[in-house]
Amino acid sequence: MTDVILGIETSCDETAAAVVERAQLVRSSVVSSQVERHAPFGGVVPEIAGRAHVEDLVPVVAEALVSAGADGADLDAVAATTGPGLAGSLLIGVSAAKALSLVWGVPFVSVNHLEAHLYASFVEEPDLELPLVVLLVSGGHTMLVLMEDHCRYRLLGSTLDDAAGEAFDKVARYLGLGYPGGPVIDRLAGDGDPTAFAYPRSLVQENPDTLPDDRRFAFSFSGLKTAVVNHVRNEPDVPTADVAASFQEAVVDALVTKARWAVEATGARGACLGGGVAANSRLREAFLDECESLGVRAFLPSRSMCTDNAAMVAAAGWWRLSMFGPSPLDTGADPNQGLPLIS
Amino acid sequence: MLILGIESAGSQVGCAIGGHEGVLASAHAAKGRRHAEHLAPQIDFVRRQAGIELSDLGAIAVDVGPGLFTGLRVGIATAVSMAHALGVPMIPITSPDLMAFPARWTSRLIVTALDARRGELFTALFRRVPGGIQRVRDVNVCTPDDLAAELTALDEPTLLLGDGALRYADTFHDLGRVEMAEQGLALPSARALVQLAHARAMREEFVQPWELEPVYLRKPDAEINWSTREGGA
Ligand SMILES: [Zn+2]
Repeated sequence: MTDVILGIETSCDETAAAVVERAQLVRSSVVSSQVERHAPFGGVVPEIAGRAHVEDLVPVVAEALVSAGADGADLDAVAATTGPGLAGSLLIGVSAAKALSLVWGVPFVSVNHLEAHLYASFVEEPDLELPLVVLLVSGGHTMLVLMEDHCRYRLLGSTLDDAAGEAFDKVARYLGLGYPGGPVIDRLAGDGDPTAFAYPRSLVQENPDTLPDDRRFAFSFSGLKTAVVNHVRNEPDVPTADVAASFQEAVVDALVTKARWAVEATGARGACLGGGVAANSRLREAFLDECESLGVRAFLPSRSMCTDNAAMVAAAGWWRLSMFGPSPLDTGADPNQGLPLIS
Repeated sequence: MLILGIESAGSQVGCAIGGHEGVLASAHAAKGRRHAEHLAPQIDFVRRQAGIELSDLGAIAVDVGPGLFTGLRVGIATAVSMAHALGVPMIPITSPDLMAFPARWTSRLIVTALDARRGELFTALFRRVPGGIQRVRDVNVCTPDDLAAELTALDEPTLLLGDGALRYADTFHDLGRVEMAEQGLALPSARALVQLAHARAMREEFVQPWELEPVYLRKPDAEINWSTREGGA
């Protein structure tokens, strides 16, 4: 029985490795963040990321093994994120995982990064009931997914332009708050009035049925970002905390409203959050409230499980492996890999 | 000692296993730049051809560059992971050293010129010394015109090799005492890597996987733009 999996995650700006048993017992989870190396440039620089992954790879994997008290002989498989993400970064984790699978003589499993985010909740709450609505929000993605069963997903909707995390970064940069934008806006918004300004909520209406099918669960944040920028340009003296709080409220409102519609439309048994933006405190609070009023079970993964980590990769890898078997050794990286959906 | 050599700094990817009996097995692929797809199956194949288990390996050698960044990192990530998991040391070798190695019999000055893209070359100079060859100038990144000027100034019998030399052959064509090496010597090879690594292993020139450093020679573009901007501000 394949029980103990080493997961490796290098899709963006975190080098991570984790040892997870049966997709639910995290024996170790190590994340080395490069955020400080990218901060001067206001975003992730692919070449800097590639260099940092190579530097951090062995120490991170070594620490994951040591703190799990595991060595090669204890591992049953090695999983790595093969996409989506930065091509040059993904290749480092994929190459490392395949090398380890050769040395240890165990299967290699290719994991989709988005699927890994979907499994983050299961690592901490293995008995979540399906079908489940997952709101996946990060710097690169914003999507609503219906998880009908393990490894079976239906995409309900995704962003038409900017990802939610990207909107946070862009607005933070415009407000001169630095990078990354999510945590700093979250903090500042705590001191502001979320009702100070009524920024637009794109594609949100009273009645979801008045929206066309392909827009009902879709998101759009570029109009909101433009509205905030124009507002501050016209009124440079408005309190930044109020702008941050009102902007955040508009993002959260759009996200939570669509999540509610998704639960109502699908009859899901529960809903959970995933992705880096799921660490946002206002989103967590509003999401819980909404689920409570709907009477469905909500689950919020811990903040460290929301942001990129390898425990979720190992967990998704366990499910992939048990349902579809190992991946071939000539697997490469696919920077644009989509979530594997049921047709 | 059995050594696995991994070479992916140039436009091809390859690996070889060898020891004191020489190279036991090797593989390479020159088509397409799908280094990550090819490398792991190649290692598995070469291991079978050599008739050994990976646990028989005593060291892992790898081309540490300079080279094309993404391919280079595929080789290095694979090599350091294997060495770490096997608990064996590593032998890092630069791509110019690998390119010059097969030409070690010539009495001419050996000049390696690997295509660095963007109109530039990674170059180095070597000379024959008793028992082998020695690098006589550090690896640098320069334009074909810079290299041509350097060779003109040196004005001595030279063997020029590398895919960069072939690509910019016109620039070197009229230099009197420069001879161009053939296509077969244009890229660093995993076979040369294993041979060279074996000699270094005998001298115990090892590093640990976490100490291995790639040779990039170029800063990331963002940092170049950043320092220009800072300097101008
Ligand atoms: Zn992510």
